Amino acid sequence: MTDVESAVALDLAGLQALVDLLAAEGYTVLGPTVRAGAVVPGRVTTVDDLPRGWGDTQEPGSYRLRRRDDEALFGYAADAISWKSVLFPSRELMWSGTRTADGFSITAGEGSGGLGDPPYAILGIRACDLHAVAIHDRVLQERALPDVHYAARRKDAFLVTVSCSDPSGTCFCVSMGTGPRAESGFDLALTELLGDEHTFLARAGSERGRTVLDRLGSRPAADGEVVAADEVVERSTRRMGRTMDTTDIRTLLYDNADHPRWDDVASRCLSCGNCTMVCPTCFCTSAEDHTSLAGDTAEHWRVWDSCFTSDFSYLHGGSVRSSTKSRYRQWMTHKLASWIDQFGTSGCVGCGRCLTWCPVGIDITEEVAAIRADPRPTAEQTPIEQTPIEQGGGG
Amino acid sequence: MTTVEARRPTLAVWKFASCDGCQLTLLNCEDELLELAGRVDIAYFPEATRAVVEGPYDLSLVEGSVTTAGDAARIQQVRASSRRLVTIGACATAGGIQALRNFADVAEFRAVVYARPEYVDTLATSTPISAHVPVDFELRGCPIDRAQLLEVIAAFVQRRRPRVTAESVCVECKRRGNVCVTVAHGTPCLGPVTHAGCGALCPSYDRGCYGCFGPADTTNTGSLSGRLVELGMPERDVHRVFRTFNAAAPAFAAESERHPSAAGGAR
Repeated sequence: MTDVESAVALDLAGLQALVDLLAAEGYTVLGPTVRAGAVVPGRVTTVDDLPRGWGDTQEPGSYRLRRRDDEALFGYAADAISWKSVLFPSRELMWSGTRTADGFSITAGEGSGGLGDPPYAILGIRACDLHAVAIHDRVLQERALPDVHYAARRKDAFLVTVSCSDPSGTCFCVSMGTGPRAESGFDLALTELLGDEHTFLARAGSERGRTVLDRLGSRPAADGEVVAADEVVERSTRRMGRTMDTTDIRTLLYDNADHPRWDDVASRCLSCGNCTMVCPTCFCTSAEDHTSLAGDTAEHWRVWDSCFTSDFSYLHGGSVRSSTKSRYRQWMTHKLASWIDQFGTSGCVGCGRCLTWCPVGIDITEEVAAIRADPRPTAEQTPIEQTPIEQGGGG
Repeated sequence: MTTVEARRPTLAVWKFASCDGCQLTLLNCEDELLELAGRVDIAYFPEATRAVVEGPYDLSLVEGSVTTAGDAARIQQVRASSRRLVTIGACATAGGIQALRNFADVAEFRAVVYARPEYVDTLATSTPISAHVPVDFELRGCPIDRAQLLEVIAAFVQRRRPRVTAESVCVECKRRGNVCVTVAHGTPCLGPVTHAGCGALCPSYDRGCYGCFGPADTTNTGSLSGRLVELGMPERDVHRVFRTFNAAAPAFAAESERHPSAAGGAR
């Protein structure tokens, strides 16, 4: 990334050549597309599939596409749907079983998501979402029993990140140290330049990324282009819609488990679960067993679940977290504090989706700020709701 | 299994005050109907057949609400002759659209609609089956979802818990990969307070949720109403969106009463 000499410049034809090359290599090429009034992951066969000239306006509880006055292909902020939907799909068949004459047989589930089969090449993934992928790698793969379904989709995924050039009103990646430019975890990193020429400054982040770049008809980047790319990132850094002060945030939230702000947010929270669904790091799932009426076949599905439902914390006899207050506190405290104890990083990457896609616009940065502005440490340390370390622990 | 259960469990389908749409959902299970008939003995189902097998019944599906004194007595008999009783649809689980009478003067309705209102003998309220007898499971929806109905019957046959969740429509909407119609388009939607089960049908076609499945397990209707008003919905319309097929479900009834109707009063 810091190796300036290795930067090359691609024009639009070069970007198309990249798409063609990845497709020829057998990747299912995915990228940002416009659907249903939003930028969402989709299949990409030509650069014309990308959201050319589209930007977005995002505020808590509101998302609108807007026409840009330029031809930017990546001139939007966080996609409406994160790449979690591809690498960790919302519904996945784990296995199916059939009754046989002398017992039963089990077949492993298919691993593909709705946008095609792996291996995937993902074009345009933001720095915040790359960090989310790294978190999922940690949570789902780097444990005693890796999630083989996730690993199969993740293993060969070719990730092309694009620096954020136009952050939205709900972005706070700078506060979380995750953006607006990726420093690692990608195969190729692009920065879109909209000067006299429409070009992309490209750098490799892996050996196979380097190999792909070498095979494209690129030219070395000019010094001016390198400077311009840095300016894009600096401009984005200054234009974050939100900030979150993360100083001692673990202690802050642990100490304020009984803060009156939790009642305040609960009065607004719908407990609908949207924040957890759109969060690129939330990984909680539940299992669904489907059986035929005759009971001769069975399917075991894994589906996204949410800590905002009462079923989620149901143990024998009732829900552990029956109130919305306890659910919001659990979610936010896990995301920002106990995640650090559990996995070594924050669970929040500052993408802003939980703000934008909350139907009533609850703003996690505002909730943290409210507690920080008026801390009310619980007199006696009361143990907060504990989260089991293994899967099912909450994401 | 066959040694334990020598005979197929008997299934009965009962109708109270309703439009028959939920019973039709069972008849519409065309691909599965033969398999179903092989697993259960359809003993009483007047909508499908005049043949009647005497009770008691292993599983009763009850459609409709209680709106007459006769039905209030009949549901007791149904309960007494049923090992398991499952209510199906918004009428049976919440009182249905006909529960609008609960907020009004039924005598006045009757006088307006019928030439000879004195011929009509009805109760002042429409109430769910659970207000009269213990219910083993309530399947929501107006109408119910075909796949969920089969799941409930299969769960009964296989003696397990039905896989029917009480989460919000938003959860299944997001799982389906939809873009939120409220956030991205400004379309009013009851999804955040509505019980899942339909597969987020309306938002999948860029419409807001109408709340056909009634309140989700946890609702904050007051907060959502504030948002609906922000989106430009007049108070009388907020009143009306909570006054549909699940008008008498407690969470929706309470919310509708917080907003004045077109007539002026809160009721």
